[in-house]
Amino acid sequence: MNTEALIFMLVSEGIIAATTIYFFVKVLRSKKQFNEKDNHSEAS
Amino acid sequence: MSSKEQWATRVGLVLAMAGNAVGLGNFLRFPVQAVQNGGGAFLIPYFVSFLLLGIPLLWVEWSIGKYGGQYGKHSTPFMFHQMNKRWLWKYIGVFGIFTNIAIASYYSYIESWTISYMYHSIVGTFDNMSQHDVASFFSNYLDVSSATTGIPYESLVFFFICLTLNVWILSKGLSGGIEKASKIGVPLLIIFGIFLAIKALTLKAGEQGAINDGFVGLNFLWTPQFDSLANPKVWLAAAGQIFFTLSVGMGSIQCYASYLSKKDDIALNGMAAGWTNEFIEVIIGSSIIIPISIGYFGIDKVVELVQLGGLGLGFRSMPFLFEQWGPLLSALAGFAFFGLLFFAGITSSLAMGQPVMAFLQDEFKWSRNKAAIAFGIAILTLALPTIFFFEYGVFDEYDYWAGTVTLVVFAMLEVILFSWVFGIDKGWKIITESAEIKVPIVYKYILKYITPVILIMVFLGALIRPEKDDWSTLFTSKYELHEESILGKILNKGIVYNKKFFDHTYYIEFDGTVSKVEPNKIEVCDSDGEYHEFKLDKNDKPLVEPKMSIKAGDALYSGFVVNKIFWITASRLLLVSLFLGIAFLVWKAYKKQKTTL
Repeated sequence: MNTEALIFMLVSEGIIAATTIYFFVKVLRSKKQFNEKDNHSEAS
Repeated sequence: MSSKEQWATRVGLVLAMAGNAVGLGNFLRFPVQAVQNGGGAFLIPYFVSFLLLGIPLLWVEWSIGKYGGQYGKHSTPFMFHQMNKRWLWKYIGVFGIFTNIAIASYYSYIESWTISYMYHSIVGTFDNMSQHDVASFFSNYLDVSSATTGIPYESLVFFFICLTLNVWILSKGLSGGIEKASKIGVPLLIIFGIFLAIKALTLKAGEQGAINDGFVGLNFLWTPQFDSLANPKVWLAAAGQIFFTLSVGMGSIQCYASYLSKKDDIALNGMAAGWTNEFIEVIIGSSIIIPISIGYFGIDKVVELVQLGGLGLGFRSMPFLFEQWGPLLSALAGFAFFGLLFFAGITSSLAMGQPVMAFLQDEFKWSRNKAAIAFGIAILTLALPTIFFFEYGVFDEYDYWAGTVTLVVFAMLEVILFSWVFGIDKGWKIITESAEIKVPIVYKYILKYITPVILIMVFLGALIRPEKDDWSTLFTSKYELHEESILGKILNKGIVYNKKFFDHTYYIEFDGTVSKVEPNKIEVCDSDGEYHEFKLDKNDKPLVEPKMSIKAGDALYSGFVVNKIFWITASRLLLVSLFLGIAFLVWKAYKKQKTTL
């Protein structure tokens, strides 16, 4: 691969992979209660 | 009933939202767009569009959904009505149901192709087929009456299977159906994608018939052509890609988010789902079809093939390329490739079903099963014209109006509603309340000023797109509408000959040479070497002879001719009727609400 293509690919994919992992891990580690509703459980 | 539905887990919600966004376009459309619009440099407008258009729209749609859900509203007409009581907004919200039904009607047909191709990959239908045979297989498959493997009406059979599966999952409800399907589908498509990407990138020139290493394709796709950045077409293409890949402007994100509680975060969840889509599109999507096809066909041939779009490359060529890997690996690769497209497709089509179900459950108190069956019947009714009249452009018409134009119009209007009518201060409060990440304050201004302006520009760009995408001709006497511009479509600019609905003569629309004249068909080879078949009824009379050179506009045969323009106009009327029908149901539901109050 030529250098320009390699740089573009690594930078783009690096940013996307790092950001996705960051947000996903944050979701997984969240201790906040989810769907803590004043309402309903699935019934029907 | 709908109000009793809820997401079981947070990961399930994020995967369902990501599954909604991840579709066939991530693997078939994105790489083709990148190749056609500046290679690696395309990622610059793509990222800019993601930051200024994609992320704001995600937050707007999650917020509208969460806000509507707090009032028990799960479909956009009544979410919008909750945000502003003027009569107009609930009818603009009709787009959020219309788009889902119209897109699902042709999207589930494509989804059914993937099930069929998984089956054919496993049973070895493509074994020893040439590239031409594989391409012909696809054309024959789309011709409903022809049976490729002895299954009569094969494309219809697979469509019924696909639709039944969708209806069945939808009838199981939000957590029991959609969430479970997403928890299985999204990880599986990532696994299939990684397997194919590894195989693509380890291709070696000279082995298994490959003429290039896998990295040649990657190099081709990622080499930046910086001069492309000066072309507005590239920026519009990037904005369009971000738009379609995130499934914004449809009403499905709002619907999914409406099952959250007031205390739930939307800022972080929205980012996790949006970035997961980007991960699958840019990292996995760019590493499969382009590297594999360049590995076997070379760059020139692939440049030519991408003109047909990603669908053509995926279904007309990929099975042939997998065949080069030997019987076992080709079956596995074919199953994995069409399997990943299937999971990408079904997680999106389910998201199109839920807003329709929610509307019927909320407003007409229908049971989940009844609503799911009604959705299935609506899809079946609208899909049949696309299946039977595919070659007459019905499918493309649905895709253009419902799958492209309406999305932009709806998103543009909903951002105006959110930021200007409902008010950015109230909107910002919904985005930031219970947020588990700090949302940069600059987004408040982006949402109010920049995103609406970009959307208006994208809409105007599509409205008056110039011929050959040459924007320098705008405001000059050389300016002409592109046949794919909105105005060009309305004026039927693409139709030069055969302008009457019905005629006694059919005129050829391109230059070429007649290769075959038979009682039931005429075959013409165009100047690019592509063969085109024209079917004849028993009363049709050929007006050409074999080996004859013909020019666009020459008479090809006489008889009773129903031209493409008839089917195009009929499909537009069908879509307008669908919109008006949903608007009528919204009006009826609104009247019912008023009388019960």
